Amino acid sequence: MVSTEAMVGRGAVQVDGEVLSNKRVGVYHHLTLVADGIAERTKPGNFVALSVGGATSAHLLRRAFSIYRVRPAGVYGGTVEVVFAAHGPGTQWLADRQPHDAVNVVGPLGRPFALPKEPVACALVGGGYGSAPLFALAEKLRERSCGAHMVLGAATESRLFGALEAKRAAQSVTVTTEDGSVGIKGLVTDPLPGLIARHSIDVVYSCGPMGMLSAVTRVATAHGAWSQTAVEESMACGIGVCMTCVLPVIGDDGVTKMVRSCVEGPVFAGDKVRWDDIGTIPAGTFGAPGMGGH
Amino acid sequence: MVVALRPADVDLVTELADASLANPVMTASGCAASGQELQQFFDVAELGAVVTKSIMRDARSGRATPRMAETPSGMLNSIGLQGPGINAFLARDLPWLLQHDARPIVSIAGSSLGEYAELARRVGNTPGVAAIEVNISCPNVEDRGLVFACDPVQAGRVLSVVRRDTARGVPVFAKLSPDVTSIVDIARSVVEAGADGLVLINTLLGLDIDLATMRPRLGGVTGGLSGPAIRPVALRAVWQVANALPGIPLIGVGGIRTGVDALEFLVAGASAVQVGTAIFNDPHAPVRVLAELRTELAAHGFARARDAVGFANRSAARGVLV
Repeated sequence: MVSTEAMVGRGAVQVDGEVLSNKRVGVYHHLTLVADGIAERTKPGNFVALSVGGATSAHLLRRAFSIYRVRPAGVYGGTVEVVFAAHGPGTQWLADRQPHDAVNVVGPLGRPFALPKEPVACALVGGGYGSAPLFALAEKLRERSCGAHMVLGAATESRLFGALEAKRAAQSVTVTTEDGSVGIKGLVTDPLPGLIARHSIDVVYSCGPMGMLSAVTRVATAHGAWSQTAVEESMACGIGVCMTCVLPVIGDDGVTKMVRSCVEGPVFAGDKVRWDDIGTIPAGTFGAPGMGGH
Repeated sequence: MVVALRPADVDLVTELADASLANPVMTASGCAASGQELQQFFDVAELGAVVTKSIMRDARSGRATPRMAETPSGMLNSIGLQGPGINAFLARDLPWLLQHDARPIVSIAGSSLGEYAELARRVGNTPGVAAIEVNISCPNVEDRGLVFACDPVQAGRVLSVVRRDTARGVPVFAKLSPDVTSIVDIARSVVEAGADGLVLINTLLGLDIDLATMRPRLGGVTGGLSGPAIRPVALRAVWQVANALPGIPLIGVGGIRTGVDALEFLVAGASAVQVGTAIFNDPHAPVRVLAELRTELAAHGFARARDAVGFANRSAARGVLV
């Protein structure tokens, strides 16, 4: 469904963005930046890499975020929106930005979600703020007359993102929380088999923590559906030069390669990712020790 | 009355042994892949040279993740020289650089003298290669895994075979590790063995611990420290080697983020500079540093970049404070 050829030089831009708004949503932050040139190039599943701390920052590495929403130039110029959790000094700096503050933006980056050519039914599964890129995806799917059924899950209600918006974006919405504070008590994978069967779903899109993506892929594959997963690997550059965000993915030739999630991904066919081997170099990987490499 | 220099009038040409470059700013190895990824931000032909990621004979998967940890004003990396090997590089990456009018400096890395020799024969005789940079911060499989760069004799042997097997007219630069007792001793050894110039410095070995797991953060346990955190170490290495081996072309690298940083390296004795980790922060960093360097040279009254090279060393030698 998706080749592993890198999306090199697709025309990302680097612009000085300006904060338009920065709002709390549950435990998350919803940041809207005026950043010209991003919206026109963005497809659902693309991400932006934001610098943190200003031009002399001691935090050199960009923070990568899935694009939640874009609006082409209007009254304010083009905007790009991201949703994130403040879990370190870099994301906390972003959480503290006020309107008119500057944030440097590189994007859009990465390989977007592959869209079905036929009007098939799709499930869109988001864990926590991993749901962010799924709303624009649902819109694109509806334009193609594809059914869009959302499953949003989180540990607890305050960690869900976009449950209300999902009702507008999708034909059906299923919510799960691990503590049962809202929706079905359990994991996103609990209602998924029933949903796939009920709506004859052909493609399962997912975005969220690696463990969730792995489990969603397992369910999708077991029920004969394609899976498209947007992975979350830590990155230093986001543009394909640093080689830090790699994971083992099976190529079209059947050979496992360590591929960059920033340019070959972040969206991968879920059944091609060797989920259980992330964090290792699996035996037989292209260039692995004992394969003529090292 | 002194007429102020205009930045546009500064002559940026720099000479590195047999290579003449349009300007002294390059990418640093391992921070720009083989150039393609940066072309969407700026034209790689604008740089003095593009230094490639280190090329090895065989394909390599690199090390397990996590491969990176952010540290104050820098980062640790433990990539493990992931790459497709020399055949793919010569078939795909080098032609791309030449088609885009870049000046490629090809970084080579090996795990034995034989591998270095083979890489030198193949890369060092390919038309269009501006120079070879020899990454000697690799374990020597024929000598208990000791790193070539840490032993003057082994480092000299590598440079000797690479110089021997590289076409005449293609300069060979040795990239030295700062993790040694005396970088001047290593520098002297590789220059005597035939290196035409030196690249100072490679990363420093570092460690980060994750208190959530109580284990080292990197999959490879230790990693190479880069970024502005190491800039004074790099500048010191350039200064010491420039004083000890006058006339040997030096390329400064380590934490350069601005044109001011670049000019500091020039006046400490470097004929060129490489921009590395700063690219992760700012993909335009190499061309921004170049533009800023031009401005700084003009502001300090240098009509030619090469007049700035070693200016501080000469001033110190004369005992003149400027």
